[in-house]
Amino acid sequence: MDINLVAVASQALNQVSHDFWPIMPELFLLTAASIVLILDVFSTDLDRKLTYNLSQFILLVTGIMIVFQFPSSQDFLYHRHFIHDPLSATLKISMVVLTGIALMFARPYILQRRILRGEYYLLHLFALLGMMLLVSGSSLLSLYLGLELMSLCLYALVAMNRREKLSAEAAVKYFVMGAIASGFILYGISFVYGVTGKIHVADIAAFLNDNEASLTLRFALVFIVTGLAFKFGAVPFQMWVPDVYHGAPTSTTVFLASAPKVAAFGLAIRILVFGFAGALIDWQSLLIILAVLSMVVGNLVALAQTNIKRLLAYSAIAHIGYFLLGFIAGNTQGYTASLFYILTYAITSLGGFGCLIYMAKGQQEVSQIDDLKGLGQRNPWAGLLVSFLFLSMAGLPPFVGFWAKLEVIKAVLNVDGLIWLALVAAFMSIIGLFYYLKVVKVIFFDKAENDTRIRAERSLRLGLGITSISVIALGLFPSQLLEFCKQAFQYI
Amino acid sequence: MSLTHYLIVGAILFAISVVGIVVNRKNVITLLMCIELMLLAVNTNFIAFSRYLDDATGQIFVFFILTVAAAEAAIGLAILVVLFRTHRNIEIDKLEELKG
Repeated sequence: MDINLVAVASQALNQVSHDFWPIMPELFLLTAASIVLILDVFSTDLDRKLTYNLSQFILLVTGIMIVFQFPSSQDFLYHRHFIHDPLSATLKISMVVLTGIALMFARPYILQRRILRGEYYLLHLFALLGMMLLVSGSSLLSLYLGLELMSLCLYALVAMNRREKLSAEAAVKYFVMGAIASGFILYGISFVYGVTGKIHVADIAAFLNDNEASLTLRFALVFIVTGLAFKFGAVPFQMWVPDVYHGAPTSTTVFLASAPKVAAFGLAIRILVFGFAGALIDWQSLLIILAVLSMVVGNLVALAQTNIKRLLAYSAIAHIGYFLLGFIAGNTQGYTASLFYILTYAITSLGGFGCLIYMAKGQQEVSQIDDLKGLGQRNPWAGLLVSFLFLSMAGLPPFVGFWAKLEVIKAVLNVDGLIWLALVAAFMSIIGLFYYLKVVKVIFFDKAENDTRIRAERSLRLGLGITSISVIALGLFPSQLLEFCKQAFQYI
Repeated sequence: MSLTHYLIVGAILFAISVVGIVVNRKNVITLLMCIELMLLAVNTNFIAFSRYLDDATGQIFVFFILTVAAAEAAIGLAILVVLFRTHRNIEIDKLEELKG
């Protein structure tokens, strides 16, 4: 009897037993973050230096693991709920790096405020875990769970500054909007399941190969795209973006504007391209509306902003518009351009918000554009680095933002009948130039109100240096990163 | 009762929750209830489809949605507590510091 049970069990294990190597980074991240969570409870150090160092160490090890198991083929694993391909590995590496730099910016910021420190770092790690599961999800269930794990951590991160009115307000808005977005995506998923009877993206793609997309399926697709637009912050679902970016602690905004955008790209690629490639025409037309509105509204409203965080938020909306152009092109070239765009934008916005932390004096924060006055005189190096970031967002050569914009516009130009879209994009980026250059002008040509030099922490200088130097370095040598993005899409 | 009936119930629940979120200007707790209602509408859909297709996947999906909904409610209520501590009320109309 006993032996029988053992035999049955081992047979079952053999059937289930997989190679756990592909999911090792996620497993390690989960285990290590849980251990640090327990260590943090018993820590008596108010500054939580140990928790911070361990968090960075975990990120480093996770990153090394992903590099070592970089796949050379596309595998569907664990009952096809998990996909292991170059695309997921590429996205994971970039998200780990972005999270690491975001933590470097966050450390000095939260040290000066009454924010729960240990939890703050750990929520980043768990959000990263959600993002990693999200980008390698290959069924609607695993995609949904990854998305929620990411979002729940982000809601908490926005509310972390518990004594700040703005922070609480931003958290409520973010939570409600995020929950509505999840609800929309789920409602769409339920109809997809109803029509196809499947939840794996590969099965949905196969279904669309054999059948015409029915009206119900298109109806479901509208809900899914709406939910995605909420998550991206594309117009007309953008109302939460400026409020949340403004109200959240700046260190959270830094994170919010970078890695989750890359993860949202992964979600969109998995659902729209891997799942609904057969309904390309349907989601293409939806995305065109979103992209045009985002570029126009984002750029025009940004012109009127005096608050620098809101200005960057509206510029984020505009950038999502450009980024969607690659999807609209609907071919590998377009997706590559989109990936390139979102990666470079994530680095740039990381530095863009990070420089606000860099310039803050103690508890006092930089909120107005005028607060940047005379940065060029007070700290020439910092002024130069910050203006690199803004010029890159504006899309001027030789910075990387130029190549990113060029790639997406080139991708759209190759599609017949979408030349007008490329023209809109080019025209709106000229309008965008105006407010980015305004910031650069304030930095270099307006007189400083006080001459005190900025004495920032080493990690802030390092973070600003890394982001800003990489913006110019990638701008001078974009082919490496472009090649990296290209090989991520070799299995589409 | 056919599949259509269940789907109509789901659609009505979903519509009520969306309208509730848009129209409600009073209380954040009502918002949380609307969000829960939205997820329940989805669950109704899933169970109806699962029964119709005679496939268990939909029901398993519902378990996951319920779990996530519980976690989401916990975070939502926690944020509500933070909001009450800073603002001393939870009215939506009073949330107007962030705009522009």
